[in-house]
Amino acid sequence: MKDNLNCGAFLEEISDYVDGVLGEALCAEIERHIADCDDCRVVVDTLKKTIYLYHETSSARTEIPTDVRSRLFRRLSLDDFIETKHL
Amino acid sequence: MSDEPLQEFSLQLLREGNGAEVARLVDTYSAQIYRLALKMLSNPQDAEDVLQNTFMKALQALPNFEGRSSLSTWLYRIAVNEALMSIRRSKPEVDVTLKTDDGDEEDLLLTSFTDWCCLPEGELMSSEALHYLDKAVQELPEKLRIVFILRDLEGLSIRETGQALSLTETTVKTRLLRARLKLREMLSAYYGERLPLE
Repeated sequence: MKDNLNCGAFLEEISDYVDGVLGEALCAEIERHIADCDDCRVVVDTLKKTIYLYHETSSARTEIPTDVRSRLFRRLSLDDFIETKHL
Repeated sequence: MSDEPLQEFSLQLLREGNGAEVARLVDTYSAQIYRLALKMLSNPQDAEDVLQNTFMKALQALPNFEGRSSLSTWLYRIAVNEALMSIRRSKPEVDVTLKTDDGDEEDLLLTSFTDWCCLPEGELMSSEALHYLDKAVQELPEKLRIVFILRDLEGLSIRETGQALSLTETTVKTRLLRARLKLREMLSAYYGERLPLE
């Protein structure tokens, strides 16, 4: 990373930046910085990709196994409701 | 995910122990509680214990539920406490105190500037890579891991994550930033080795 004070300040804001919740002015400042600083551009791109990969893989949601659900219902004395899912 | 209007569930019926309403509550939220416990504990048996204890405690505590957070955030909060207790029992040497801010102010250290975004999707999402993604999350310090799981894997907002963990939004943001950057470092090391040689 370049020996540039902006890199440190940029890093503190990077999470909000990739989440798209930064104000317009700060966003523009960061984009100017990225255009000049290749290391920070790589950090942004790989951070976005990191979050994307976790979002993608967690969206294949784990369902609760049938036997785990049955034991849970029994523990809660809900035996009469095991047969049908109540969603 | 967790912005459900409370009127969807009748608190009165739940407090009265109405079986159908309790069953509906359990079927609505059990998968996300189980998933959270699995991610925190990496052990299906321990995750199942956390799942059962979470609903047992929630049903006992329903008379005191004031509705200041959503039901799902409230359930997450109970589940996180159960999971932390489970970790404390099995690994007493691990610091699982969420409240302390040790390390929150540490300098952010970046060591990898390799651009691996160009790798093909098949390489990024290979079964080996998916295993590594899981392993990397497990290697995060406990208090960063739980914030990352709730915010980025379970999709809670910063505010809901704070409510579930009894942390301020500022602390959640600080830990999320550190968790994400640590994961980026680990993934950069992994995927960097898979880049074609120039």
